[in-house]
Amino acid sequence: MSEKLSNAQIAWRAAQDIADGAYVNLGIGFPEMVAQYQPPGRQAIFHTENGILGFGEAPPQGEEDWDMINAGKKAVTLNPGAAFFHHADSFAMVRGGHLDVAILGAYEVAENGDLANWSTGPKGVPAVGGAMDLVHGAKRVAVITEHVTKDGKPKLVKRCTLPLTGVGCVTRLYTSLAVIDIEGGHFVLREKLPSISLETLQSLTGAELKLDGPVADLIVPEL
Amino acid sequence: MDKTRATLAEAVADIPDGASVMIGGFGGSGAPIELIHALIDRFAATGSPKNLTLINNNAGNGHVGLAALIEQGMVRKLICSFPRSADPRVFTQKYQAGEIELELVPQGTLAERIRAGGAGIPAFYTPTGFGTLLAEGKAIETFEGRSYVRERWLKADVALIKADVADPYGNLTYRMAARNFNPLMAMAAATTIVQARRIVAAGEIDPETVITPGIFVQYVVEVANPAQEEVLNRAGARYPEGEVA
Repeated sequence: MSEKLSNAQIAWRAAQDIADGAYVNLGIGFPEMVAQYQPPGRQAIFHTENGILGFGEAPPQGEEDWDMINAGKKAVTLNPGAAFFHHADSFAMVRGGHLDVAILGAYEVAENGDLANWSTGPKGVPAVGGAMDLVHGAKRVAVITEHVTKDGKPKLVKRCTLPLTGVGCVTRLYTSLAVIDIEGGHFVLREKLPSISLETLQSLTGAELKLDGPVADLIVPEL
Repeated sequence: MDKTRATLAEAVADIPDGASVMIGGFGGSGAPIELIHALIDRFAATGSPKNLTLINNNAGNGHVGLAALIEQGMVRKLICSFPRSADPRVFTQKYQAGEIELELVPQGTLAERIRAGGAGIPAFYTPTGFGTLLAEGKAIETFEGRSYVRERWLKADVALIKADVADPYGNLTYRMAARNFNPLMAMAAATTIVQARRIVAAGEIDPETVITPGIFVQYVVEVANPAQEEVLNRAGARYPEGEVA
């Protein structure tokens, strides 16, 4: 495999699909990077589980207000038009289908849209947070992920082996190699890096990649 | 009517052994640190309360607040969504030693269970968790072609709440995202104990801005300069002070 996208580039690609004015929840960690790459002229409104709509960037060090944090417990600032609310309202926004997009990380995604991203098995302390709610609430549930694990095993699989976060919930994947939709219980390839062949991409994917029309080149700027 | 209490000790004096206690906050934001520490002081002096069941989003961070309560051995069971933090060692060690029970609940389900408890709704259906380990053993029903999990209300004997401004009737406002679980827990407990940064005379809070109406509140104590868990942890604080585990 010659090249792959960096995390920043995966985040950039995911950001291109977020419309101006969209209400968006970004998962803790890697997905938070998506906020940095909003296309010029578009402004999404970011939701955090702990009760803020319209939060902005981190404040300068030393100016944190620890009553104004995101779901990752990091200090944030407010954009004009922000709002506070309690946790039940926050998850009413989630479960009630009011969010346009949720972007999450993944351990495994299956071709039927099942997602595993909260537990790597019975060892350690289990923790779920808001992930199980988010996958059933947003109108679009997208995953950003490396295409394969550190050991080179597919993260896109026929059926998940790890404990599920949600059943049939993922609609689009942005990986380090491709953009893939989940439709009718299958991975449908939409874009791939021009430098990778279809055969190689398939060999790194744990279930069949269907084609439905032309596959576009996945072109992302150096970041 | 006057729900104010002069001291934190007085406010937490009646919490019995074995009580279920909701503690507001999301991480350190909105966590009633001084009320929690008053509970630890009482335990240090009298050996009570112990065998508590705590309900919080998290499992504490460092060695203050919720983590300190767990570290003192006062907690039998924790109901939460995310028992991880920057420094989760106190909970993790007790959990791995089998000294504390964990009931893991998805965050939105936790919030709604508490809201339902306060609203007198014994059960509700949510899509959250369907087909996962966290729905095992729970009733499933289909509505309009989609599967939903039945979840039960969650109530508690006591709620410990951090508010910004309170009045003697127990009307409360909150500060920014410190609101989080606090208004829900205030509704869901038989006895709701509030620490407020400022207590003002009745009529001084604009009724338009009240977030928690006083009907949900039993006691209010003023804590003028409340500690922030994050600030304490960055300073390496422990409670009780000076104690080294």
